[in-house]
Amino acid sequence: MLALTIALAFWSGTWRGFRPYLIVLTPLVGSIMLINTFLYPGAEQVLLSVGPFDATREGLTAAAQAALRVIAFAVSVGLFALSTRTDELVDDLEQRGLGRRPVFVVSAAVGTVPRLAERAREIVDSQRARGMDTEGSVLRRVRGLLPLAGPLVLSALTEVEQRTMALEARAFGAPGRRTILRHHPDTPAQRALRWGLAALTVALIGLALGGHLAWLP
Amino acid sequence: MSLELHDVSYRYAGAAEPSLRRVTLRLERGEVLGVVGPNGAGKSTLGLVAVGLAPATIGGRLGGRVSIDGMVTSGKHQHELAVRAGILFQQPEAQLSGSAPTVWEEVAFGPRNLGLPLDDVIARAWTAIDDLAIGHLVERDPGRLSGGQAQLVALASVLALRPAYLILDEPTSQLDPEGATLVGAAIQRAAERTGAGVLLVEHRTDLIERLCHRAALLVEGALRIVGPATEVLAESDLDEAGVGPPSAVRLRRAIEGAGIAWRAEWRA
Repeated sequence: MLALTIALAFWSGTWRGFRPYLIVLTPLVGSIMLINTFLYPGAEQVLLSVGPFDATREGLTAAAQAALRVIAFAVSVGLFALSTRTDELVDDLEQRGLGRRPVFVVSAAVGTVPRLAERAREIVDSQRARGMDTEGSVLRRVRGLLPLAGPLVLSALTEVEQRTMALEARAFGAPGRRTILRHHPDTPAQRALRWGLAALTVALIGLALGGHLAWLP
Repeated sequence: MSLELHDVSYRYAGAAEPSLRRVTLRLERGEVLGVVGPNGAGKSTLGLVAVGLAPATIGGRLGGRVSIDGMVTSGKHQHELAVRAGILFQQPEAQLSGSAPTVWEEVAFGPRNLGLPLDDVIARAWTAIDDLAIGHLVERDPGRLSGGQAQLVALASVLALRPAYLILDEPTSQLDPEGATLVGAAIQRAAERTGAGVLLVEHRTDLIERLCHRAALLVEGALRIVGPATEVLAESDLDEAGVGPPSAVRLRRAIEGAGIAWRAEWRA
């Protein structure tokens, strides 16, 4: 799965955008590797000792499996995010009958992340302008997060009430389906691929439940 | 044809005191009515009540009657009222949907919600954009506009629903002078081109003086004076209520205070 995803990432040219996903993943994968390799319960085949801790073969195998699963999941999510335009996804979901509220939640959530990040930057800048040290050691950076969290969360909560009223005032609660702005082409090949993937997923679940995939690591 | 508040009182949920007390006010189509008052006078509440958001969306207790062109708002769904009376709030960013990738789609958000035919949605969006002269912004991300531009987009979004009445709740209070000038001109243009009745809640009395036919002074939830804007804005009650009079009134008082007789032709 991981190999297929990486191949698709190179084929689609989205691999250049994977850097932030990999950076976010690094501490998680690192901790999985360390904890499993050194603290795997019941492991006996010691590879090396570091102080009171033993790195074991069983632990290393379990760590590699868990880390590969996490990487495969993250890379799949990254490939989806980097290769899919949110507005097209949302349009298509709406066209297929998804209600206006779930559609709004998806599109608003995607739009909210960069806006929150921008507001966080503004708050940090204003705090720096008033003399707060938010750079330097890890401890200083962590200390800098505390005064950021309050204004960020409070301003977001305050905005929610006004945004709710603004949405209501723009007929968001009207019954029936919204007007679809764009109709995206859906080729026979795309349809066949979708159905094929769905059938493959069902088949794999069936095989796994029947115990036919026990040979997989 | 008018938006009417008849003997309206309103108390927020959990509040000990009402925010509006027996307010009776009529807004005609084509009229621009300014509402001034000190902080906490109930100006914003008046706007929420006028469009039916209070109590329908935010709760609270309403007394009296609010009607839009004869239709009593009580018990009506908000989407039914949204096409009759639109509201613009103070904070520009907080009233954009946050879900539209471009300004054009943001403006089309309301008409799309109504499920109108696509041609109608497109026509309404472009009309609102043209009315406010914001065609140069249509491809921009609504989340990356200046305060004044975002407020214009929010106003266009409201206009696209083609309401007969517009409630503007301190639309320039969060803006810098340049943004306030931009939005002030847009309000004037929108009022002239749409023929809607406009209720402008503002603390900038210069803007009220420039745009409004009539003005009302609201103090502690009750209407103190209603009348022609130039007369209301020159009343000493404004100073007593803590509302700064417009520049022209201050200038006239300064001239008269210096012992010079005021001449009517100076006003022009």
